[in-house]
Amino acid sequence: MSTAGNSLWADAARRLRRNRAATASLAMLILLALACVFGPMLVGNAYDRVYPDYVRVPPSLQAQPTADLIAPAVERIASRLRARATDISRDGDTLKIVLEAPRAIDERSLAFFERSDLFAAARVMSREDDGKRLTVEVPLERNYFFFGTDGNGRDLLARTLIAGRVSLAIGLLATFVAISIGVVYGAVAGFAGGRIDALMMRAVDVLYSLPFIFFVIMLVVFFGRNFVLMFIAVGAVEWLDMARIVRGQTLSLKRREFVAAAETLGVSATGILTRHIVPNTLGPVVVYTTLLVPKVILLESFLSFLGLGVQEPMTSWGVLIADGARNIQGNTHLLVFPAIFLTTTLFCLNFLGDGLRDALDPRDR
Amino acid sequence: MLGFVLRRFLSAIPTLFVVITLSFFLMRLAPGGPFDLERPLEAKIMENLQRAYGLDLPLHEQYLRYLGNLLRGDLGPSFFMRDFSVAQILMQGLPVSMALGGGAILLALVLGAGLGAFAAMRQNTGADHAVVGFATAGVTIPNFVVAPVLQIVFGLTLAWLPVGGWNNGALRNVILPVIVLALPQIAVVARMTRAAMIETLRADHIRTLRSLGLGGRHVAEHGLRAALLPVVSYLGPTAAALLTGSVVVETIFGLPGIGRYFVEGALNRDYTLVMGTVVVVAVFVLVFNLIVDILYALLDPRVRYE
Repeated sequence: MSTAGNSLWADAARRLRRNRAATASLAMLILLALACVFGPMLVGNAYDRVYPDYVRVPPSLQAQPTADLIAPAVERIASRLRARATDISRDGDTLKIVLEAPRAIDERSLAFFERSDLFAAARVMSREDDGKRLTVEVPLERNYFFFGTDGNGRDLLARTLIAGRVSLAIGLLATFVAISIGVVYGAVAGFAGGRIDALMMRAVDVLYSLPFIFFVIMLVVFFGRNFVLMFIAVGAVEWLDMARIVRGQTLSLKRREFVAAAETLGVSATGILTRHIVPNTLGPVVVYTTLLVPKVILLESFLSFLGLGVQEPMTSWGVLIADGARNIQGNTHLLVFPAIFLTTTLFCLNFLGDGLRDALDPRDR
Repeated sequence: MLGFVLRRFLSAIPTLFVVITLSFFLMRLAPGGPFDLERPLEAKIMENLQRAYGLDLPLHEQYLRYLGNLLRGDLGPSFFMRDFSVAQILMQGLPVSMALGGGAILLALVLGAGLGAFAAMRQNTGADHAVVGFATAGVTIPNFVVAPVLQIVFGLTLAWLPVGGWNNGALRNVILPVIVLALPQIAVVARMTRAAMIETLRADHIRTLRSLGLGGRHVAEHGLRAALLPVVSYLGPTAAALLTGSVVVETIFGLPGIGRYFVEGALNRDYTLVMGTVVVVAVFVLVFNLIVDILYALLDPRVRYE
């Protein structure tokens, strides 16, 4: 038995800390969120930067360009200079290339090296044979693609992290919309009671029996594919459960003594709702929120998968997975990395939600 | 009993009406029309087309006309797939979707209830944790991830099953889509069965069974029967959703079901096709809710037909 400071929340926090799966999930989620928020600044490649010379590069921890990419790239550039690379030697990060051609090589066209994603500007070391034989020094431009690149030559790591930002942001914001509508609606219905309550809940019942995922698709298809609409569509679908839960809570709360006391003191209905009713429904609301976020992220991914969600070059996990699914033959990394991020997030949120429910509602144990 | 069924049936009609009305007007509020092409049609041609399909009438008249046709069972012609009526299109796709969905439901019920009961009888053992872990994975991993992964493993790497296609419903082609459809449902059913059964295993009638020396099979049988109630009420709407097709699964595996018509129809502003799909889905949902109510009464004699 501990003594001081045993509020409901402190108690719940203690119980949550003892739940290893939930704490591990929470840590993982924080890590993921930090990676998605700050990661894109550290990766070094912008999520929408196209590297035409690095299309569908497999994931690797080594710096690009790797040896097997260099020779063909030099070959390609040499042929544009109407020359042949007769000798390529590598010394650390610089290449020494001997170019030979039947006619004098125009040094200005050495700019082709710089234009490539693989090399920096070339420097002429020596000219022989009236410029028919050039020895040039070309520094390599180092790039890292830990997750590989996509079909347009964009860094998948940067894209996965940016996609995470979008998916998490939509998950949180749409959940916020849904929760707000649900809490207000439920609390008002429960507190008003009587015929208003019956009418309001009847409307919820009718909405429940609509094939709602179809309405979301319809909304998105008909009224354009923008961010704001997505929140509204998803929020409009997911508030029903919340309204029912909060109404149930409110019904039992409004018969409690502290509400009666507030009423006798002449506190207005809005005052009682905001000061006494809503704060006391927060437990179930928090639990439901953690379980709603993964649902919303999934819904957004689903819409994006169908091509109805976020539009290029912006991206979300659903968009990336859809792209990966189209390219499974030979390019599994395009599917694997975003899928790992998405499922890890969903997993952790579910575990955290279950843990919170156990922590906030000890009766359930 | 008959009166109960009839009453439930009648109470479903207003809901159906709301669904139809809402979809009709929502769709018409949207910008664009079925005959908007990249190169606009000549005004005269457009006018004739509009008149032929009755789109030139005031909206409320079109609505009444649609309702009237619907009552006679006429879903109208498709605007986009010329020469086909919506009824024809849906009748072609529905058997495909129903075959896949039916298989998935069956699999979910048998495997899910089985796994759930198995885990509940061995609560807090390794087997139990394995089932719970599988169930969490099944719920969280979205089907548009599972489907391509199965395609890679069984279609490309092992080359046991085709990657997609309907092939007149050949068993080889159906296996992967049915598994993808069933997996999350197996997971949910297993979770629900397990939770409900743990509850019922503590009930009085089970204790009586045990005290009479009847263990194992008898306990499982009686426990499962009571535990199936929440599963039945979950599977009702789920069955309706599965039987009317899944957009994702039909797209990934290239199957000719009706799930994809909703998105396609909406994108093409094929008003009648979208409405037809909405009506079919809504009818399925309502019918299955009715079935759930009846099953509930049959499974649990305490439920009254009031």
